[in-house]
Amino acid sequence: MSNFFEKSDLSRSDAESIISDTLQKCDDGELYLENSKSESILLDDNKIKNSSYSSDLGFGFRAISDEIVAYSHSNEISKNSLKQSSENLKSTLKSAKGVYNHEIPKSNKKYYENINPIDQKTLNEKIEILNNVNRYLRTKDSNVKQVTANFLGEQKSIEIIRSGGETLTDIRPLVRFNVTVMLEKNGRKETGVFGVGGRKSYDAYLQKENWKNVCDEALRIASVNLESKPAPAGEMKVVLGPGWPAILIHEAVGHGLEGDFNRKKTSAFHNLMGQKVASEGVTIVDDGTIDNRRGSLTIDDEGTPTEKTVLIENGILKNFMQDRLNARLMKTRSTGSGRREDYRHIVLPRMRNTMMLNGNHTQDEMIKSVDKGIFAVSFGGGQVDITSGKFVFNCTEAYEIINGKIGSPIKGATLIGDGPSILKEVSMVGNDMMLDPGIGTCGKAGQGVPVGVAQPSILINKMTVGGTKL
Amino acid sequence: MIKDQEYLSDKASYCLDLTKRLGATDSNVVVSNSISETVNFRNQKLDESNRSDNLAISITTYIGKKKSSISSSNLLKDNLDTLIEKCIETTKNTPEDEFNSLPDKDLLAKEVKNLDLYDDTHIKNENKIEYLERLEASASNDKKIINTESSFTEDKSNFILANSDGFLKGYKSSSFTASSVTVAKDDQSMERDYEYSSKCHLQDINDAEELGKLAAEQTIKKLSPKKIGSEKIAIIFDKRIAKGILSTFAGAISSSAISRGTSFLKDKINQKIFSDEINVFDKPDILKGLGSRSFDLEGVKTNTLKLIDQGVLKDYLIDTYNGKKLNLKSNGRCGGTSNIYFDNGNISYKDLLNSNPRCLYITETIGHGSNIVTGDYSVGATGFLIENGEFKYPINEITIAGNFKDMFKNITLANDLEFKYATNSPTMMIEGMVVAGK
Repeated sequence: MSNFFEKSDLSRSDAESIISDTLQKCDDGELYLENSKSESILLDDNKIKNSSYSSDLGFGFRAISDEIVAYSHSNEISKNSLKQSSENLKSTLKSAKGVYNHEIPKSNKKYYENINPIDQKTLNEKIEILNNVNRYLRTKDSNVKQVTANFLGEQKSIEIIRSGGETLTDIRPLVRFNVTVMLEKNGRKETGVFGVGGRKSYDAYLQKENWKNVCDEALRIASVNLESKPAPAGEMKVVLGPGWPAILIHEAVGHGLEGDFNRKKTSAFHNLMGQKVASEGVTIVDDGTIDNRRGSLTIDDEGTPTEKTVLIENGILKNFMQDRLNARLMKTRSTGSGRREDYRHIVLPRMRNTMMLNGNHTQDEMIKSVDKGIFAVSFGGGQVDITSGKFVFNCTEAYEIINGKIGSPIKGATLIGDGPSILKEVSMVGNDMMLDPGIGTCGKAGQGVPVGVAQPSILINKMTVGGTKL
Repeated sequence: MIKDQEYLSDKASYCLDLTKRLGATDSNVVVSNSISETVNFRNQKLDESNRSDNLAISITTYIGKKKSSISSSNLLKDNLDTLIEKCIETTKNTPEDEFNSLPDKDLLAKEVKNLDLYDDTHIKNENKIEYLERLEASASNDKKIINTESSFTEDKSNFILANSDGFLKGYKSSSFTASSVTVAKDDQSMERDYEYSSKCHLQDINDAEELGKLAAEQTIKKLSPKKIGSEKIAIIFDKRIAKGILSTFAGAISSSAISRGTSFLKDKINQKIFSDEINVFDKPDILKGLGSRSFDLEGVKTNTLKLIDQGVLKDYLIDTYNGKKLNLKSNGRCGGTSNIYFDNGNISYKDLLNSNPRCLYITETIGHGSNIVTGDYSVGATGFLIENGEFKYPINEITIAGNFKDMFKNITLANDLEFKYATNSPTMMIEGMVVAGK
C-alpha cells in the first residue's frame, strides 16, 4: 500500500479538509492519488534493446457541478500544489449550488491479488527467456528474419478520497508478454504477432516453457500470411472466429453504448433503449468481475465496485455503461465503468471485458453455409465513428471461403460495417466462446486503458471487405 | 508558473553527477515541465476546465556498451537517488550492445536557434470562454447542427537535455489550440466533423467565428451519404488525410525500420520511389513551426533534409544507435521528423478535381491499415463523389486499398501547400486505387 502523505508536507487530514472545503457545493468529485511502477524489457534484432523502469506519482482533483467538470492534476503532492488545484476548481465552479452525493456502493470482492509482478521475476530470468525466444524462433524456421519480444509489467496503487474523508483503495497488477516475428521468403516479408497477459504474475502465463506456445502462434500467423493472396473487395458473408475477433463487438456496439455519448445524444444508439438492435440469440455483456482478466477491476477509478453489465439481451438493448457523472445526469446508477488512463486524465465511461455469449451453432455449420465470403481468425486494431456508426477493423489472419470450404489465406484487409445494423446481420452464433489472450488496449479521447473481449464464432450476412481484388 | 531553466538544469546536473559517482561511464538526462490549461464547451455552455502540471525526468545510463533507462514524474531527491541506483544496477545486468553510445560530440548542436517557438501570453480562462462562446455561436447557426463540442488549450513547456559529454541545452515552447467538433442530423443520417487551429503564437490562431463556421459547414456537407459500388478509381486526398500518407512514408524511412529490415523502403536509397515531380523536405528551422527544433532528442543538430529529390529517395531519418548499425551518421532525427512536407505540385486544386471525369474526394479515414513492412494499405473512408470537377454527393462505409509502392508512383500534387500542421501536404491525387463498397 502506498502512503501518499509519507514524504509530503501535506498530511492526510489537511488533504481531507481541502477536499471537503472545495467540494462543499458540488454534486460530486474526489481526490485521486496514484503511484505506479512499470517496467519494459525488450529484445529486438538479436539484442536486449531496452531495459527501462518507470515510477509515476501524482494526483488528480475533480469537482463536478451539474454538467460541468473541473479538473486539475499535478505531480507534486504538497500543500501548495493541492491548494492551487483547489483554487482552480473553485474559480471554474464559482456558481455551484449542488448537494454532494456521499453514496457509493461497497463490495468486499477482489478480482486480483496485491502483487508486484515486476519483483516476482529477476531481470536475469526475464532476459534469459527473451534470449530463448529469439534462439527458438530463429532455429525453428530459417525464414525468420526478425524477432521482437518483450515483457511489460506494472503495479498501480490508487487511493480515492471523497468529501467527508471516505477513502477507497486498490492495487492493480498487470503484465503482458508479446512476440512479433517477421519472415522473409522469395523477397516477400510478412509479420505475425501474438501475446498473453492479465493481472497475475508473469509465471502464471509463461510457466513450463509456455512462451514456446506464444512463439509458435506468432510464427504460424506469419507463415500463413507469407502464402496469402490479395483480398477480395466488396460486400460478402463473413465468418468470425472465436476470441479476439470480438474486437468487432467492442468497436461496432461497445463504444456506442458508453453513457457519455448517449447522454450527449451523439451515439447512433442514443434513442434505441429497449429496442431490438441485434438478431435474436445475441447477448452482449460488459464484465469487470472475471478473475485476473486484463479488463477486470475490483473498483473503477471513481471507487464504484465493478459488475457484470448486460448491454444487449437476446437482441434487445438493455443498458449503457455508466460512470457517476453520466449516470446522475441520465437518472440511473453507475455500472462501475468510470475509468481513466492515469491521474492526468478525467474519468470517462469505458469498457472492461466486453463479451458476446454462446449460441448453439458450430463453426463448421457457418463455414458450410457460405458460398462466397471470408473467414477472419485474427485482427489487429479497430476504430469507430460513433456518430455515423461506421466501424472498421483490420484482419491479420483471414481466409477465403468458397462453396462451403476454407480456401487460401488472404492479405490483411480492413473490414467496414455499420454498428447499429451489423448485429442484425448476425445469422448464427457459435457455441465455442473464447476469451482473448489478454493484450487489448482501448483508446478514447486520447486515453488508453486495458480491456478484454470474448465471443464465440459468428456468421455475419454481409460486410464490406476492403481488399484490392475486384 | 512553469519551472525555469535553472531549476531544470540543477536537477539534470545533479543526476549526471550521481550517475557518474555510481559508476556510469556515460549518461543522458532529460528534465521537463509542461503546464496545460484547457476549457471545453458543449452546446454553447461551459462543460469542463482542466489544468495539468506535468514534471518528468528520464535518465539513461551507460556502463561501457551496456545501457538501461528510468523515468519518473517524482523529482524529489530521495526518489531520484533510489531510481538512479536501480538504473545503474539494471545497467550492470543488461547485456552489451556494440552500437550503444552517446552521439558523436562533433554532431551535437552548438546553439539554440531563435525559432520564435515561445509566446509568453497567458490567456485567462475568461478569455478562453469568450472565444469559445463566439466559436460555438457561429458553429450552431444552422439548425441541422445538433451538438457542438469545442475547446481551447494553452500549453507551455520547458525542458533541459543534458549528457555526460557536456551538452546542456533546452528551451521553452508554447502552443495554443482551438478546436470544434460538430454533429449534424437530418432524417436519414447523423454525421460528425471537425476543424481546428494550432499555433505557437496566440495571435496566429484562427478567428473563432471562422473556425466554427468551417466545422459546421464540413459536417452538414456529409449528411445523407450514399454507399457506392466496388471499383478502381482515382482518389483525391484532402490535405488533412494526405499528410497521413506522408507520415507513413516517414515511418518507413526511419533508421530503426531500415536497420531492422522491417520497411518496404529498405535498400531504396538513390532509387526512384515517387513520380518525377515529387519533392519532400524536412525543415527544422521554420519560424514558429509546429515541428521546429534546434536539435533532436539526443542533442544532435538538425539541418534541412531533402528526403525526396525528383522522386528519388535521398536520405533516411537517422538517430545515433541505428546510424551506427547502418554505418551512417546521425542526421538529427532521433524522435522522427521536424516539419516534413511535400513541395507544391504543378496544377491548381481546381484542375486536380477536373483531371478525371469521375473520382472520390476523401476527407476522413479510419482504422490502422498502413503496413510499413509490406506497404499494404487498406482503410475505411468517408468523402464525396466528384464528377467533372463538381462535388456530387457524400459517400461512406467504403474502404480504399492499394500498396504504397504503386501509390507513391501515382501521386499528383496540387499547388496549395500550407503549413497548418507539423506534417503537411498539398491536396493529393492517387490514380488506380481500389474502392470496396456495395
